[in-house]
Amino acid sequence: MTTSTFVVPERTRSRLAFRESLGRWDVRFSPYLFVSPFFILFALVGLFPLLYTGWVAVHQWDLLGGQGKWVGFDNFTFVLQQRQFWVAVRNTLSIFLVSAVPQLIFAIVIAAVLDSNLRNKTFWRMSVLVPFVVMPVAVALIFGSMFGERYGLVNRTLAHVGIAPILWHTDPFASHVAIATMVNFRWTGYNALILLAGMQAIPRDLYESAAIDGAGRINRFFRITIPQLRPTLIFVIITATIGGLQIFDEPRLYDQNGLGGENQQWMTMTIYLYKLGWTQLNFGRAAAVAWLLFVVIVAIGLVNLAITRRIASNEGPAN
Amino acid sequence: MTVLISGIRRRQAEARIAQRPGLLVYGLLSAILVASLFPFYWSFLIGSGNGGTLSDTNMSWWPGGNFLHNAAAVINNESVNFWKALTNSIIVSSVVSASVVFFSTLAGFAFAKGRFSGQKGMLLFVIGTMCVPTQLSVVPLFIAMSTFGWTGTLGAVIIPGLVTAFGVFWMTQYIAQALPDELVEAGRIDGASMFRTFWHIALPAARPAAAMLGLFTFIMTWTNFFWPFIVLNQSNPTLPVSLATLQANYFVDYSIVLAGVLLATVPLLVLFVFAGKQLVEGIMHGAVKG
Repeated sequence: MTTSTFVVPERTRSRLAFRESLGRWDVRFSPYLFVSPFFILFALVGLFPLLYTGWVAVHQWDLLGGQGKWVGFDNFTFVLQQRQFWVAVRNTLSIFLVSAVPQLIFAIVIAAVLDSNLRNKTFWRMSVLVPFVVMPVAVALIFGSMFGERYGLVNRTLAHVGIAPILWHTDPFASHVAIATMVNFRWTGYNALILLAGMQAIPRDLYESAAIDGAGRINRFFRITIPQLRPTLIFVIITATIGGLQIFDEPRLYDQNGLGGENQQWMTMTIYLYKLGWTQLNFGRAAAVAWLLFVVIVAIGLVNLAITRRIASNEGPAN
Repeated sequence: MTVLISGIRRRQAEARIAQRPGLLVYGLLSAILVASLFPFYWSFLIGSGNGGTLSDTNMSWWPGGNFLHNAAAVINNESVNFWKALTNSIIVSSVVSASVVFFSTLAGFAFAKGRFSGQKGMLLFVIGTMCVPTQLSVVPLFIAMSTFGWTGTLGAVIIPGLVTAFGVFWMTQYIAQALPDELVEAGRIDGASMFRTFWHIALPAARPAAAMLGLFTFIMTWTNFFWPFIVLNQSNPTLPVSLATLQANYFVDYSIVLAGVLLATVPLLVLFVFAGKQLVEGIMHGAVKG
């Protein structure tokens, strides 16, 4: 009973051993091989550019002439002293707020409506998602044609109810509202579906016991739904922040010149970056703006995270 | 007695929650539906008129008869390059989606079912990269592309999108939950290599999630503007890039611009008609997991 009586020829044994070690090698190293495409690609088009942006930002760098002399933080100080930069920051934040706040409120309301016991659920869910397949460029052109100052559909409709025409292109804030409308057209339904999924994951007996205690629909919504939705809300708000602050397509196509209006009424940070890099051919300064944009995104992201945490943990039986 | 009463009250409460919503809810949903579809109708309304339709104060709400004429003006405009843009959009979106699905599923399989050191840290790293804004890398990426002479080529748009952090994360989540460990073990015991196990066991099991990822990536690539706009040019554009050209050309004639918008939007609308249901499920599924 020690070992097998079956005698394995020497050659086969070594082949088996070879196969076995090959198999062990396969199990150990294949996973690295399988995840490597992502890491290689990220190193090339993510990490390298990220670091290289820093390198470009501390040099004089011309789109055509290439790398020039080392200038330290001159590009940053130059950009930070430009009025246009701060206007771009203001516009970006303003467009973000004017789009994100109503969008979130509408998305929650739509999600709550979709969460009721509907007939033809799939049909209604699909109907809120249609705008998502329209490219932002197309959305911008369609809405741009409605927001004309003299003949636009919106102003004509407003005139019917006795409201004076709004200067959708001349007035900075009005232009932000118009651009925010484009963003919200495309994204509200998408976010509503994500919030709907979050709502459906809330255990139904929470609602039942609240209903037994006599809580009405509105009460249940604020005391159960909103607090329970916290992780989903955080997810939606963070992705909306990262995407929203980089906004380019809609303001780019809001007029024919694409540089954010004659007086930079709707020039966002990314448009400013594009302007410095590709119309003024100054990559050093464009790279500096890219880093500053990153700083703004991180800062606003953290603020939003703090706000969401506070709002959603104030009340309700959660935790 | 109390048990009975609480039972009745419970059932009443359940009924109150499960009741069919009233007209108000359907009215609201119909209003949203109209708002979702109105921009399409508006595009057709203007796109079927003529240069003066948009500024006509007595504009009719009934479409005109010029749509084909306007569409032809878009297609025949040489600087818009419509057919080339359409072909390019199809090529770029298809290649990127296929590649994202393949490499994400491969990495997802390794993360979900492999055992290797550094696994957890690497997965966290993948998730972390999702938070890095794309704008941050545009300048050096452009410098790199022009150094290699790739600006203006489709490769410049395709390569950066070949595999995404979102895709890897998404497939890892799905495979971890949908593919039983025993199945992978069985494949191993039968002497299949890791890649064969992936190809014959993991890939078929991951098909529903892979289809959703492919659909989602296709839409995101098709609608993407910023990077293609920077790195491509009018002679070799994708659809969003050529729409931007169209606007710069016909800055007064919105009937032609909006006819072009409709032409560029129809392909994804058709896709949505057939696959919209899967897209809805995919977005909702991903939300719960993420």
